[in-house]
Amino acid sequence: MSLTTFLQLDLPAMLAALFATLSCALLGNFLVLRRQSLMGDAVSHAVLPGIVLAFLVVGSRATWPVFVGATAAALIAVALIELVRRYGRMDQGTAMGVVFSIMFALGVVLIEQAATRNVDLDAECVLYGQLEDVLWLAPTSLSSLADWSVWAQMPREVTTLFGALVVTSLAVAAFWKELKLASFDPALASALGFRAGIIDLGLMVLVGVVAVAAFEAVGSILVIAMFICPAATARLLTDRLSHQVALSLVFAAVAAIGGYVLAAFGPIWVGLASAVAASGMIAVTSGLILATAVVFAPRHGLLKRRRVARSATADPAHSAA
Amino acid sequence: MILLTTTATDAGWPDVAQAVEVLALGGGYNTSLVMIGVALYGLAAGVVGSFAVLRRRAMMSDTLSHATLPGIALAFIVATALGGEGRSLPVLLAGAALAGVAGVGAVHVMSRYTRLPEDAAMGAVLSVFFGLGFVLLSYIQTLGTGAEGGIQKFIYGQTAAMSTADAILIGVVGTVSLLAVAALFKELRLVCFDPQFADVQGWPVGAIDLALMALVVVVTVIGLQAVGLILVIALIVIPPATARLWTDRLGRMVALAAAFGAVSGYTGAALSALMPRFPAGGVIVLVAGALFFASFLLSPRHGLLSGALRHLRLSLDIESQHVLRRVFETAESGVNTVGMDTFPLSRLALTRAWSAPRRRAVIAHLTWLGLVRAADGEHVLTKAGVAEAQRLTRNHRLWELFLINNADLAPSHVHRSADLVEHVLDGEIVRRLEEELARSGRLPGNRSVPMSAHPV
Repeated sequence: MSLTTFLQLDLPAMLAALFATLSCALLGNFLVLRRQSLMGDAVSHAVLPGIVLAFLVVGSRATWPVFVGATAAALIAVALIELVRRYGRMDQGTAMGVVFSIMFALGVVLIEQAATRNVDLDAECVLYGQLEDVLWLAPTSLSSLADWSVWAQMPREVTTLFGALVVTSLAVAAFWKELKLASFDPALASALGFRAGIIDLGLMVLVGVVAVAAFEAVGSILVIAMFICPAATARLLTDRLSHQVALSLVFAAVAAIGGYVLAAFGPIWVGLASAVAASGMIAVTSGLILATAVVFAPRHGLLKRRRVARSATADPAHSAA
Repeated sequence: MILLTTTATDAGWPDVAQAVEVLALGGGYNTSLVMIGVALYGLAAGVVGSFAVLRRRAMMSDTLSHATLPGIALAFIVATALGGEGRSLPVLLAGAALAGVAGVGAVHVMSRYTRLPEDAAMGAVLSVFFGLGFVLLSYIQTLGTGAEGGIQKFIYGQTAAMSTADAILIGVVGTVSLLAVAALFKELRLVCFDPQFADVQGWPVGAIDLALMALVVVVTVIGLQAVGLILVIALIVIPPATARLWTDRLGRMVALAAAFGAVSGYTGAALSALMPRFPAGGVIVLVAGALFFASFLLSPRHGLLSGALRHLRLSLDIESQHVLRRVFETAESGVNTVGMDTFPLSRLALTRAWSAPRRRAVIAHLTWLGLVRAADGEHVLTKAGVAEAQRLTRNHRLWELFLINNADLAPSHVHRSADLVEHVLDGEIVRRLEEELARSGRLPGNRSVPMSAHPV
């Protein structure tokens, strides 16, 4: 592997994955705390019809129409889920299942119509993304990086995701106090005069925006994994929200870089002919990190639990401690 | 007949005659087979799904179906490595079932033994398993066997590829799961509606839940081929949710869910056969979705429209009752020297801040109820209206007296509560109020209206 291939092929893909996973993990902290983890799942499935409709209307994969279509679909999905939950008197899981599966089905049917119009689009790319197709042809050597025009040719996916990361970080930093309060004690938040509904809606809009920005490069499966796994891992390790967010970002970065390296170079190390899917491998890596924490976490892990349970049965006098 | 012959177009839209023919199973052997197979599947999924939805396991079935992908891929890899036929359906479905069970087990461990909530556990398992499946698929692609297409059909489903053997498999498995539900009906009902009670009564709640999950696994796995693993949740969740909108009784809900599921499968498969550009899995789900949203709007019990109508009716009732009581109070105060049945409602505008449309609506409602009649361009109470005004005011004041006597509230604080409660005091409660007040000697005689406890 030469340095140029790394710069042209691997670096942009890694950057796209990194920005996507960081934005998702940041928001995921609040989704996990608020027990809305599956909302990320539902929304990232439900954007499909919006994306396809935008393709059908505009006839190309231009960024803005797709973005608008997908965001609109995400908002419709969130509103419909709330409507069905409240007026159909169903639990949230049922409402989500009903709404997102109908919207995804609509997307699948619409895609077939798009196929006949020679629009380059399939459901696979929405699910899995095309991380391997993120190319940065400008740099030809390490020294060329000193040239600003080279950076200006950074692929659209990377810049979009960087923008999404900046927006999410700013939003979370600006509304940190509100998000924290609404996540831990929504009733108190309402009583103190914070509009919990507005915070809810804002969070969902951000989730939709990130899901949309990320789908093209990394696919919705990775988006769902990154909404949940890093934050859940961090949740097992700390009780402080600020620590949890920081840890989740670290895990997200490790999963993104580690997963990409495993996918791109791992198969070659074990003697296979070619790379495997990077977005899937990043999801698997984040899952492995989570599994490790589930078993070994110092206070909330399975092993610790077991030791506590065992010492409690062995020494009933100290079981209270 | 003109309609029947001219609706056929070049765009591939079928005419009505074609549609009727296909729907009546006249669309050829294979199409009919697929329609019956998918209808049977929808029926079984609706029945099992009813319990999954009531037990709040909707997203669990979604997790489960996504988690099957690595199982399918691994089964293919292992079978091929052992020299077998990797694409054989039983092998792939066995792999799918194993991976699905592993996924459910992982969710169980995480949500039960760590601090993570169940939804986070489900989301993590769903996405990580699916990601693993995708990695394995990309590996299979590098093997160059050309088999990845055969495996990808499980993601979106490939209804048209259903063979007689597949349809028989679905029929058999569906029947078995129906029998299992019938045998466990009592247990499932108990666990769905009151798991704590079931536990206290000594029922093995964990085992019953496990049986339900096993049924969901079976239904999910046999649905993979028909609708694909992403949309299999649709047939497990949507028909039961639709049925839930129509009834509050479990037996009826299960029957309705089975019917909705079967109709969705049957019609969806037929539509997709008529319009080749519409993939069957998606169309089936859209038919189920259309049934859901129609019910969501129109169902008399829990529908949006009927709810809105009920709400409108209630607010009109309340507003009308306020008008009646106000007429009584005004007539009683003696400021107006007219009787209650000649007091023109337009005079109330002086004391009530009404918008004109709202007033018209309330008066129309009162007229429709026969409590108000038009006289000389004015609206006045009828005999029934006078009686109703008396009854309402009496109830209002009985409640006030009750609060003063039995809840030790100051007379100045009772009006607001009585204002809210007067609309829902039925005969039985009024009778008990009377008894209670008679005991303390505060009940006014001969059903007359007591004096107000506070300045009106």
